Amino acid sequence: MSVFLDRDTRVLCQGMTGWAGTHHVTRMMEYGTHVVGGVTPGKGGRSHLNLPVYDRVADARRETGANASIVFVPPPHAAAAMIEAIEAEMPLVVTVTERVPTLDMVRVRDALKGGRTILVGANSQGILVPGVGKLGVMATGSERPGGIGIISRSASLTSEVVAQISAAKLGQSTTVGVGGDAIHGIRMRECLELFLDDADTEGVVLIGEIGGTEEEEVAEFISGVRTSKPIVALIVGREAPPERRMGHAGALTLGGKGDAAGKIKALEAAGVRIASSAHLVGETIRQALAERG
Amino acid sequence: MKIHEFQAKKLLAPYGLRVPDGGVAITSREAGEIAGRLDGRGVMVKAQIHAGGRKHAGGIQRVDGPEAAEAAANQLLGRVLTTAQTGPEGLTVRRVLVESAITAVRELHLALLIDSSSGELTLIGSAKGGADIEEQAASGAVRVNQLRLGAGREARPDAVAQFVADLALDGALHAQACALIDGLQQAFVELDASLIEINPLAVTEAGTLMALDVKMVLDDNALFRHGDLAALRDEDETDLVDLQAQRHQLNYVQLDGDIGMVANGAGLGLATLDMVVAAKGRPANFMDIRTTAKSLDIAHGFRLLLDNPSTRAILINVHGGGMQPCDTIAEGLGIAMRRTGRSLPLVVRLAGNNADFARSRLRNFGCAVIDCPDMWTAAAKAVALAGKGA
Repeated sequence: MSVFLDRDTRVLCQGMTGWAGTHHVTRMMEYGTHVVGGVTPGKGGRSHLNLPVYDRVADARRETGANASIVFVPPPHAAAAMIEAIEAEMPLVVTVTERVPTLDMVRVRDALKGGRTILVGANSQGILVPGVGKLGVMATGSERPGGIGIISRSASLTSEVVAQISAAKLGQSTTVGVGGDAIHGIRMRECLELFLDDADTEGVVLIGEIGGTEEEEVAEFISGVRTSKPIVALIVGREAPPERRMGHAGALTLGGKGDAAGKIKALEAAGVRIASSAHLVGETIRQALAERG
Repeated sequence: MKIHEFQAKKLLAPYGLRVPDGGVAITSREAGEIAGRLDGRGVMVKAQIHAGGRKHAGGIQRVDGPEAAEAAANQLLGRVLTTAQTGPEGLTVRRVLVESAITAVRELHLALLIDSSSGELTLIGSAKGGADIEEQAASGAVRVNQLRLGAGREARPDAVAQFVADLALDGALHAQACALIDGLQQAFVELDASLIEINPLAVTEAGTLMALDVKMVLDDNALFRHGDLAALRDEDETDLVDLQAQRHQLNYVQLDGDIGMVANGAGLGLATLDMVVAAKGRPANFMDIRTTAKSLDIAHGFRLLLDNPSTRAILINVHGGGMQPCDTIAEGLGIAMRRTGRSLPLVVRLAGNNADFARSRLRNFGCAVIDCPDMWTAAAKAVALAGKGA
């Protein structure tokens, strides 16, 4: 078993008929992901990429048995699409869309409360289970099936770390991007809980960066659990100037809060091994696994 | 998007925020005229820039009467104001806000923001306000109260009433504060704000709550549904280089070193920055190419680096992804190098999607690069080459 995604995952694409949806659904199917249909309001009843298109998520879910959805809907309607999927009780929703208004994400978070949906993103590259399927937009080729779980705030660094882990003759159980925005669905700590419970995951790599409190939440969580799985973290932005937004909306430090030093200190205190540089992540997790024996 | 104090005050007035009488001036004569229309003797002349810490930098002056207001405006307008928040280059004062000076019997602090950990609209307040509130709160000298407001769409009158009581406001002031918070919550949601901060919120001698200073930030990602608010953007306040970068789907931050840096992805960019510093180099900038950038946008990005006279070497760290393969970036680099007269060492590290194709694109462009197998080697090489050029 992997996390989030397995061979029984049946994927629905919201916004499939647009350019991004068409392109990435094609790539996902080439990878072996079981895509069962799409949703584009007003285009219900048509067929696209040889898949049925529906007007509404609830109908699509009922007709196709979809149990996961990927959202490519543009920012003005992305929140409505996510809320529709949540109301249709879709178990897993991955949102790739960038630049969703922050208050829309606040509303989406509100809609998630008490429901059964796991939301990944927005502004996420998605989920990859090597050899099984991808629910996202990442390039593939350097991944290989294995035991390392990756939880990341950065798509570009995930690709980098996947390649390093494969080069270290390890592989990945599942990779997940929580998204680059300040307000998003599933957080690093919740992902880590799932990875620690996953029988296929032997070790976990966290890719964090300046801004927010997710790494601190992870540190607090780890302090309270017992696990034999080694956890390695890379925190980037050590040398970033404070109070400047560095690419990601979530990546800025305010008044010394959310800086890299504080995150590294908290994680180290909780027993997480810190990769000293971005090029050493594969080697660091390999060593950590070897030392555990 | 940051907006000016005078814009925020104007935006929030219809939602029940009381502010001192006044107006904004772009010439000292106008400032004098506005001051002449105000009641009372005391006049505040306040520099309008997108940064706090104005008071300590002399950007806020209290004067007596119109002539003095005109003189203060004359001294402020056109001046470069350097505060703790502007950075060493400072910001040019192009407008002043001229207001009646208000005597505060008491000052409070009130803010609405989105708490990223809970994902909820959050009200923050303290019974004391003023310029040094952050330090006072950090040291524990002032208690900061918080109230979560969910998605901000429903009023929570009982919780707000308790919150206001905790700020030691009672009687008529209590009722005023509750109404004010209600209005601000509505404004926050309707205007897609990211921050509304009132500091100080004054209790006047007449017993009313009045905002003496307001800081407001709007959500850039929501401007598509607020054409009127988008017009509030002050392009003079945005660095020209920054503005060009934004137009070309790039995230750019100017730094003061000599190694121009490009990465595709914010995380990879931050990692590159850290590695250059670890290799004892000094980055000239941070640049992240967004996945939506096309090769011509990327060429503009390289041009920003080439136009920076401090740049002595360029480091390009690319991990081709599903949305943006390496060759798109190679093409951008090829175009930029054909157009420039400058010759700088180009250290590249290409991995991931279409890395080989990108190398052949660069060859076809006749673009000579130093190709490194991994990013640490590339960072170290760029640092060595920048040092050599010095």
